[in-house]
Amino acid sequence: MISLGHFLALGGLLFALSVIGIFLNRKNLIVLLMAIELMLLAVNMNFVAFSYYLGDMAGQIFVFFILTVAAAESAIGLAILVLLFRNKSSINVDELNALRG
Amino acid sequence: MDVQTALFYAFSAILLFAAFRVITARNPVHAALYLVLAFFQAAALWLLLKAEFLAITLVLVYVGAVMVLFLFVVMMLDINLDSMRKGFWKHFPLAALMGAVIALEMAAVLLGGFRVTSPPADALLSQAAADYSNTRELGKVLYTEYLLPLQAAAALLLVAIIAAIALTLRERKDSKSIDPSLQVRVKRADRVTLLKINPSSMAPPPAEPAPAEGKKP
Repeated sequence: MISLGHFLALGGLLFALSVIGIFLNRKNLIVLLMAIELMLLAVNMNFVAFSYYLGDMAGQIFVFFILTVAAAESAIGLAILVLLFRNKSSINVDELNALRG
Repeated sequence: MDVQTALFYAFSAILLFAAFRVITARNPVHAALYLVLAFFQAAALWLLLKAEFLAITLVLVYVGAVMVLFLFVVMMLDINLDSMRKGFWKHFPLAALMGAVIALEMAAVLLGGFRVTSPPADALLSQAAADYSNTRELGKVLYTEYLLPLQAAAALLLVAIIAAIALTLRERKDSKSIDPSLQVRVKRADRVTLLKINPSSMAPPPAEPAPAEGKKP
């Protein structure tokens, strides 16, 4: 029988994979955005698992809101990406040093 | 091992494989397609957890909208793949170490600590009813207890729409369309200048013709 821990471990593994992805693809802005989407998926997995195993609907409500925020985030992120590519002809993160931060 | 356990392991294996390919794929288009596969597997896992509405929402919203947007942008941009991969293997040992530490720690804590194998009895009982609907239960809570957050989420989506359009909207420089307000506001002085020409002034003497060098011996 699958326990709550199995789902939480799956979420943890997914999160670890996306952290590795952020480390590996630190030049490519698009893959960075995809890794963030994967992270949000891992968090959502935990919420749904808790919601089922504790018999509480609030977890699924939270997933609903996370989906909303993630959709807004990726829409604006991709808009900024397109703008960036139009101005610099590159999406390399290393070249985004206009603010000298 | 019952069917649910087998399905759980199958879906999670495909999910983890797809996630691995997302972060290692050479071509961003392949990464986006593997992300679609990962979302489908996650939706199947959520169906196992009896969250039907969210599973279908995940497929419709993520696969149908967000990932199509990703594919659109990936195919629109002309990305130099080789410069993007520079430093990939240089960072690999550190990244693998970090990932392994995170995964081991989380697995050690989570697998040991949460041994709940079934939902509480009253939740199981209400879910067993013939007219039980996950969507209706979600709606009941969403539109009563969480009404204000729902409005805030709607406002957030509106802000996102306006921001995305405002960011990417641009005026074409070679456009020949005219601005009516500029036309109406124009004054006579902007267009017409009257010059006073003196009729008795001499024409400027013609310039001396340059001596043609080729003709002289």
